[in-house]
Amino acid sequence: MAVYTHDVLVVGAGLAGMRAAIEAARNGADVALVTKLHPMRSHSGAAQGGINAALGEEDSWESHAFDTVKGSDYLADQDAVEILTREAPANIIELERMGTTFSRVEDGRIAQRPFGGAGFPRTCFIADITGQAILHVVYEQVMKLGITVYEEYFCTSLIVEDGEVRGVVAMPLITGDLVIMQGKAVIMATGGLGRVYAPTTNAIACTGDGMAIAYMAGAPLQDMEFMQFHPTTLKDSGVLMTEGARGEGGHLLNSLGERFMEKYAPNKFELASRDVVSRGEQTEIEEGRGIDGCVLLDVRHLGEEKINERLWQIRELAIDLTNTDMVHEPVKVRPGAHYAMGGIKTNIDCASVMPGLFAAGECANVSVHGSNRLGGNSLLETIVFGRRAGESAARYSKEAASKAPVSEASLARDHTRIQQLVEGAGNSGERPAVIRGELGRMMREDVGIFRTKEQLESALAKVVELKERYQTVRLEDTGKVFNLDLLSIFELGGMLDIAHTMVAGALAREESRGAHTRRDFPERDDEKWMKHTIAHREEDGSPRLEYGDVTMTRWEPEVRTY
Amino acid sequence: MEIRLKVRRQEAQSEYSSYSDYTVDMPEGATMLDALLQVRDYDDGSLALRYSCRSSICGSCAMRVNGRARLACKTKAVDMANGDEPIVVEPLGNMPVVKDLVTDMDVHWDKVRQITPWVENSGPEPEREHLVTHEVMLDVSNALSCIQCGACVSDCPVLEVDTSFIGPAAFAKAYRFVGDPRDDTTKERLQGLSATQGGIWDCTRCNMCVEVCPKDIRPMDRIMQLREKAVAAGVKENIGVRHGNSFAGSVRRLGRLDEIRLLPESVGMFNVPRLLSELPGAWRLFRAGKLPWQSAIPFMHKPIPGIKHVQRLYDQARNQKKEQAK
Repeated sequence: MAVYTHDVLVVGAGLAGMRAAIEAARNGADVALVTKLHPMRSHSGAAQGGINAALGEEDSWESHAFDTVKGSDYLADQDAVEILTREAPANIIELERMGTTFSRVEDGRIAQRPFGGAGFPRTCFIADITGQAILHVVYEQVMKLGITVYEEYFCTSLIVEDGEVRGVVAMPLITGDLVIMQGKAVIMATGGLGRVYAPTTNAIACTGDGMAIAYMAGAPLQDMEFMQFHPTTLKDSGVLMTEGARGEGGHLLNSLGERFMEKYAPNKFELASRDVVSRGEQTEIEEGRGIDGCVLLDVRHLGEEKINERLWQIRELAIDLTNTDMVHEPVKVRPGAHYAMGGIKTNIDCASVMPGLFAAGECANVSVHGSNRLGGNSLLETIVFGRRAGESAARYSKEAASKAPVSEASLARDHTRIQQLVEGAGNSGERPAVIRGELGRMMREDVGIFRTKEQLESALAKVVELKERYQTVRLEDTGKVFNLDLLSIFELGGMLDIAHTMVAGALAREESRGAHTRRDFPERDDEKWMKHTIAHREEDGSPRLEYGDVTMTRWEPEVRTY
Repeated sequence: MEIRLKVRRQEAQSEYSSYSDYTVDMPEGATMLDALLQVRDYDDGSLALRYSCRSSICGSCAMRVNGRARLACKTKAVDMANGDEPIVVEPLGNMPVVKDLVTDMDVHWDKVRQITPWVENSGPEPEREHLVTHEVMLDVSNALSCIQCGACVSDCPVLEVDTSFIGPAAFAKAYRFVGDPRDDTTKERLQGLSATQGGIWDCTRCNMCVEVCPKDIRPMDRIMQLREKAVAAGVKENIGVRHGNSFAGSVRRLGRLDEIRLLPESVGMFNVPRLLSELPGAWRLFRAGKLPWQSAIPFMHKPIPGIKHVQRLYDQARNQKKEQAK
């Protein structure tokens, strides 16, 4: 059995993970990245529109912070939002110095475009490939620093001994043999969970693994009921059409050709925050003013030149996937599951409640997004809090006493699980894809943009049923090398646990706030519900909900209109 | 829509491969990736392939479909169907197979590491961002938007015969640094990239990488841009540049290619081992009548009739280039 030892282990090598690793290395820690993909395959690369920072002289971090807090429907922790927005400009400048090829204005400074819910054009971008361009540059720095990367290693569980996190158990896809990876500190940076919905904008790899194994090990998940539905996704595939399309001046039209957002956001129109735009679209569709269950995204008036320069990727995607050339005709779009506001609960130094466990990026909940994230703030979060997580974990690993070596017994549970699956191969159980398909459909239908008690109760019963059926899930591939069948079974187990917290949180929260809209409780209720939902995993796998305070520093809750 | 697939299967560490046949029922707009995932999810859980984003940005799912490297998520199954014949799906070429459609991409990543893949800047840091033009950033971003899928690496015929060739994708990545005004090692980079073994001058300009690239990166054009930049920066002491000069000089002088001078002028008059190694080739040239041993001065070509016109064309082209440079 192989054992690898490092000071700091970073699970996930997207933007948050790599930024964390870079910072840990700069702080003198021996750090390694552990990722189930290759770093360049990470889903950060699919982020299109941009990254926010108050760079302009007329803009200010306070204004960025206010927009973020208002966008969050006042559920964000304001101390964390202050850090996010105050540290943003320096982090963007650093990315630029690393080599990021930000689009420029005439005098050579970084260009910024308007984005939803923002009072100022403060979204920096590289055409509509912002995430990919930054991912390239951050990976370049990882190579420059010579940071060890364990590619295509899937983490099956956290190792916890004496109440401390001491590493992870991982399965290298190339051998299929479980290994122990010891670390004084572990940073979770595994990204989103979009795949619990079908369809979703998220990559097939976004199965919430980091959240699931942290939750399994005892770390609570916070605000899981808040799932962002992006207003512009393609119908069948769910593929994303950037908010940049609206930022550059694109319109949303209903079947009558009206710019219907005027009704829902008379000041901001298409550039209201995402929850508002998605609800507007869904209402139009449900009231019969949609087209094939969609609305239209129209950018024709921007002209071919601008589309080719700033929206080249989505033009290509719309042609490839829907045979629609946006230069000549509008493209059909609808709201689609996009981003988990919830995640592993951390403090502003990215530490979870479990000693030795840190988290950053989409899998974490430091609570800068509250109940609804603004476009351009997630890339920012990966960079700002990725850096902070790397720094915190490096410091922790230095202060931590040299820990006893992890015992071999720590991988026994996963080992046994694999053996059982292999021995049971060919049994009469269901294939993981069947259960996953039903989960995705149920989440879309019953835990969508608009929710009711009846839907959520039915969803809860369904999750419990799927978990039961999962007990006898059938493995087909009994080989060792690149066993994706086994991988998908591990992923599905975590997805079911996570979906359970989302449904339970949504059923309990009897109000409408941000992305969580209850038809039976249509108003925000600050008196009862200005609080975070905190889910702990019980022995039987069901979530136990607690509630925590929201940190407020300077912005009192107001009525939210756009 | 019924899709028939013939997928190459290979076990880890095994030299032997076979094909599995599958038939799946897919909606009209389904991609090759959709069809393969349908197989993996419901027909054969042992099929190994890489995939993730489904939107042509992560670069995971490059593979050969009907003999050509493509991105499975960008390729419609219906476009690949060919009458009664099944669609043939195989792993990328020019790299070892790990299992089925999964290949070992280190062949490529090692090349990327060779080109010093980060911006080097030893100058004092500006107070804010570097001030650079939008056009330059756009040009570099276009090269940077390569998703490293390996399609061009798979189908590059030079890599097939010379594993030391840096390869189209890594050269496109190199262009991203050479073209970036914030990098202050441009000349060193161009010197390194002009290396005799595996460098930019080994590209045969066959255009295959341009044809198979799913993201329109046009790697070959980047290689040609690197050549131009290398020559402009004075990086000329190498076989590639000398070969080009000899070729052009021979045509200007004679109106035809003077093979007998091409070799020594390219590799160097005193590079005896290399010259000797080319003797069999010289013999073949002789047999083919390409060495004019019976002319007035043996082995010297006579200019073709109307050579003046050729030379006038040369002068015109040169003047035009000078005009453009102004």
